Amino acid sequence: MTSIAAISTPARRRKLVGAGRRQWIGLLYVAPAVALVVVFFIIPLCMTAWMSLHNWPLMGARSFIGLDNYWAILRDTRFWNALRFTGYYTVVVTIAIFVVAFPLALFIERPRQMTGFYRTSFFMPAVIGFASASLLWSWLLNVDSGLFSPAAFELGLTEKKVNLLATFQPAFWSIIAMVVWKVAGFTMIILMTGLQSIPPDLQEAAMIDGAGPLARFRAITLPLMRRTLALALILSVAGSVLAFDQFYIILRGGPRNQTLTAVYWIFNQSFVSFKLGYGAALSMILLVILVALSLIQLRLLRQPEGVD
Amino acid sequence: MAQARSRKRRIGMQIAEHATGIIASFLFLAPIVWTVLSAFKPAQESRQPPLPPWPTTGFSVENYATLNTFGDGLWLPAQNSIYVSVMTVVLSVIVSVLAGYGFSRFRFPLKNLLFVLILSTIMIPFQSILTPIFLVLTKIGLHNTLTGLVCVYVTLQLPFSIFMMRNAFDAVPREIEEAARMDGANNVTMLLRVMLPLVWPGIVTIALFAFLGAWNEFLAALVLMTDQSKFTLPIMMTALQSGRFGAIDWGAVQAGVTVMMVPCLVLFLLLQRFYIRGLMAGAVK
Repeated sequence: MTSIAAISTPARRRKLVGAGRRQWIGLLYVAPAVALVVVFFIIPLCMTAWMSLHNWPLMGARSFIGLDNYWAILRDTRFWNALRFTGYYTVVVTIAIFVVAFPLALFIERPRQMTGFYRTSFFMPAVIGFASASLLWSWLLNVDSGLFSPAAFELGLTEKKVNLLATFQPAFWSIIAMVVWKVAGFTMIILMTGLQSIPPDLQEAAMIDGAGPLARFRAITLPLMRRTLALALILSVAGSVLAFDQFYIILRGGPRNQTLTAVYWIFNQSFVSFKLGYGAALSMILLVILVALSLIQLRLLRQPEGVD
Repeated sequence: MAQARSRKRRIGMQIAEHATGIIASFLFLAPIVWTVLSAFKPAQESRQPPLPPWPTTGFSVENYATLNTFGDGLWLPAQNSIYVSVMTVVLSVIVSVLAGYGFSRFRFPLKNLLFVLILSTIMIPFQSILTPIFLVLTKIGLHNTLTGLVCVYVTLQLPFSIFMMRNAFDAVPREIEEAARMDGANNVTMLLRVMLPLVWPGIVTIALFAFLGAWNEFLAALVLMTDQSKFTLPIMMTALQSGRFGAIDWGAVQAGVTVMMVPCLVLFLLLQRFYIRGLMAGAVK
């Protein structure tokens, strides 16, 4: 310790001399990052707000129309349907992910042989992209060349090959299955970090007091990992509200436009119909929803971990 | 007697647990394995349902050859994807190492404001600002270029990777720096010679996340790359799967999905430690 102090004292003194100028160099180091964020994030963000007040076609003159786009949104039943579907999907898929991921997290948290293999296997689908996963499942779900309908038919479960993507219910639940397959491993790892932060002697003490596994789970595990649960929950909700890839690739929003999500509707308005101003107004609504979710997240995460 | 029974029960429990683990592993791995194996069937067999998943009429790379005949072939979009991902990795590492060092070791005006500004972009979904990003890229002459797409991807990586790098630099004891400064190291040699070797695990983590993010991204590439010669793999494969190049060839889709998945899986298996570290850092903070 004394040697370190001996070295650092003269260094500190020297630092003070050139301190002012040297500290400013820090701005230079962060400048590229700030420039990128300003050009590709802050400016576009302000432009979205500005564009939402305009009639802004891809070609031709744009005109300022005030809040007209927002009034139009109020009457846009198809957007509200998309938003309602997105909400429904978010609730269902989040519950489904947790129902699968929590047992998996409890399973891999206990050390035993082959835990590493199990953990890696469960996590593998999480590293491939949503686009790859969607393309993969669009094949598995195909009625003629896929896996599920032909397999069900061969096994005698169905009388003919059923097209899973032709009607809403089977199509919707197919997407849920695909997303759970892809995302459960990710949520599992997040939940595992929470489980590992619980001191093992707490569990032991409760066990000595005669608490059963279920009682211990409710009285110790759940309250102690409230923050982790909140994080996993918010990640899942935010990801689901922004869902696009799987509905675009597997279902093209069908059957009968019943699975258009909010992002999908914005995409259609902006890049298929080229109503850029209207798309921007829709984006603002989405943005407000997501920022609200983030603020809720901050609140939940700020609460200290532990029993009240 | 009682002891023997309880031992028997414990072994029974263990078998049940491992059976559960193996069945669950199978469910998670099956779609991946199914695709990789089916891609090696001859084209004729690929049209049939994949039962069994492995080729029964001979091993073949016909599907990859067919995939190469659609649109601009397989190599061009693969090249585009590689270029975009590698450039995203290189640029986001350079920019975040510099910024992480700056935020960790210097005191300058607006420092906290700038840090919060960069971090808070994570709250805003980029899906909602794609149209203006398109207009900005047009304005600076980068529309429909892979470089433009790289700029967008790097920006999306920044909140996570700058946060990671600042923490990595914060963890380096100041005494090390001061000793090096005594030896006459200036800021740049300090960063390159003294600090980088100490923060490289953080760099591997952000590089891995940047690669996977760029390689797998779909919506921005779909919107911003309108010219077929600029398509990345996910966009090219979706065009193929939607029947844009004629009848859908599921064999070619399996081959393409394999090409898209394998780099991610290999990188993850090699660098798993760093991936989990990144997730933990994100989860704990």
